[in-house]
Amino acid sequence: MDFLQQILNGLVLGSIYALIALGYTMVYGIMGLINFAHGEVTMIGAMVTITVLGVLANAGVDLPGAVMVLLALMVAIPVCMLLGFTIERVAYRPLRNAPRLAPLITAIGLSIVLQNLAILIWGRNYIPFPPLLPHDSVNIFGASITVLQVVIIFLAIAIMVGLLLMVEKTKLGRAMRATSQNPAVAGLMGVNVNTVISMTFVIGAGLGAIAGVMVAANYDQAHSHMGFLIGLKAFTAAVLGGIGNLGGAVVGGILLGVIESLGAGYIGDLTGGFLGSHYQDIFAFMVLILVLVFRPSGLLGERVAERA
Amino acid sequence: MSLLEVKKLEVAYGGIQAVKGIDLHIEQGELVTLIGANGAGKTTTLKTLVGLVKPKSGSISYDGNDCTKIPVHHFVSKGLSLVPEGRGVFSRLTVEENLRMGAFYRNDPNAINAEIEHVYELFPRLKERYKQLAGTLSGGEQQMLAMGRAILAKPKLLLLDEPSMGLAPIIVQKIFEIVKMISQQGVTILLVEQNAKLALEVSDRGYVMESGKITMSGPAQELLHSDAVKKAYLGE
Repeated sequence: MDFLQQILNGLVLGSIYALIALGYTMVYGIMGLINFAHGEVTMIGAMVTITVLGVLANAGVDLPGAVMVLLALMVAIPVCMLLGFTIERVAYRPLRNAPRLAPLITAIGLSIVLQNLAILIWGRNYIPFPPLLPHDSVNIFGASITVLQVVIIFLAIAIMVGLLLMVEKTKLGRAMRATSQNPAVAGLMGVNVNTVISMTFVIGAGLGAIAGVMVAANYDQAHSHMGFLIGLKAFTAAVLGGIGNLGGAVVGGILLGVIESLGAGYIGDLTGGFLGSHYQDIFAFMVLILVLVFRPSGLLGERVAERA
Repeated sequence: MSLLEVKKLEVAYGGIQAVKGIDLHIEQGELVTLIGANGAGKTTTLKTLVGLVKPKSGSISYDGNDCTKIPVHHFVSKGLSLVPEGRGVFSRLTVEENLRMGAFYRNDPNAINAEIEHVYELFPRLKERYKQLAGTLSGGEQQMLAMGRAILAKPKLLLLDEPSMGLAPIIVQKIFEIVKMISQQGVTILLVEQNAKLALEVSDRGYVMESGKITMSGPAQELLHSDAVKKAYLGE
């Protein structure tokens, strides 16, 4: 049942991509900016969690593994939210009315700064994620999936449903959608556009932190450069789904995870053993190129007719 | 004291001076119109009143507040609402969500729900389409939505920018009836229009703006019958 196994792996990977892609797409939707520093926020979420777990262990705290990780997350999420808030405030807000290229370059610069900051704090080596979470496998029709991976998928789904409900049903969500469509008129309605933009960054960073911990827990390690590649892939997922569209980020993320996983699983057979599964990364970017060429608006991008 | 008092207002975009020192005042309960040709500076004046554009000099006082010092998002809770040129509906929000955005600053859900029903009575078309995205409405329906949204903001002073723009005559009639009705309910209105005849007919007073300056002002009936206005704006 190799095929089913790849699908399951893809779903795990895809739900993580989707969580990160939501951060890209929310920010893009509201201010037309690609926040390339978002991948780094994810990495910092993982790093902070591991650090807190280390501190807890040194302090002799001995609680069930899941509780320990949860405690560490309770630190990592606010840290990342604060980071997201600061990034917008310091790097993007002064450029709100600048030509679009300026914030884009700033975003790339910021990503490099954060990566190097992480190297200063956590070093260049892989840092192991402590073995606190159950790695027991469950068998589903011959394919195996760990308990942790099941938790990752369901947690990601729960968070995404929660976010979509928030955006569709609450006043803050309505203000976010209104701001993304017409910030000037949203302001006239009494929406504090700066607050809404800050909230968008904060929420996106919180999702990124959780995703970062999922990645680190799933691969048992974290690295100061891990944010770069995973960020680019999540960005690809957002573009695949239609950047600016929340449902698109979810669909794009899961689809990209499955494509990547299937690609990695079968690339050996397809190329007669010439390319191995370590070429996994080419699939995400092939998808990015194909989408940009054939359907730049993405799968669920802008379909509503608009009148002046 | 006037509800709105503008003194020596000057506004410039880059090097271009759009408003060149205008004075105007609006009293509680009045319906005042500001007419003039395209590019006279009418829209700029309105935008400056609600803080969307910063003035170069001059003063704007509304209900005792210095408008040049209030952030844009605070105006609506002070009772000052603008229905912008081109309606400014949120095209990917539903009709009902657009109306709720009008009441964004308010926290009285029961009253808001009742007023939404009231807006639906005024504009049955909106009720039929309450779940539709606003971007799919016709121009006239979007204007109705923009007015309904402004009603939900419970304004003391309502600024309307070219509500008749691009609409069929029969819709324009309907829009002006609503403007009059809102005015009769005690809302003070500043109506900016290119359709000078209709605007003057419904208004108490009028100002005529030309290349950034107020060139004439007075009771609407007088302006309607003045030769200069007739010649320049009424095509008579």
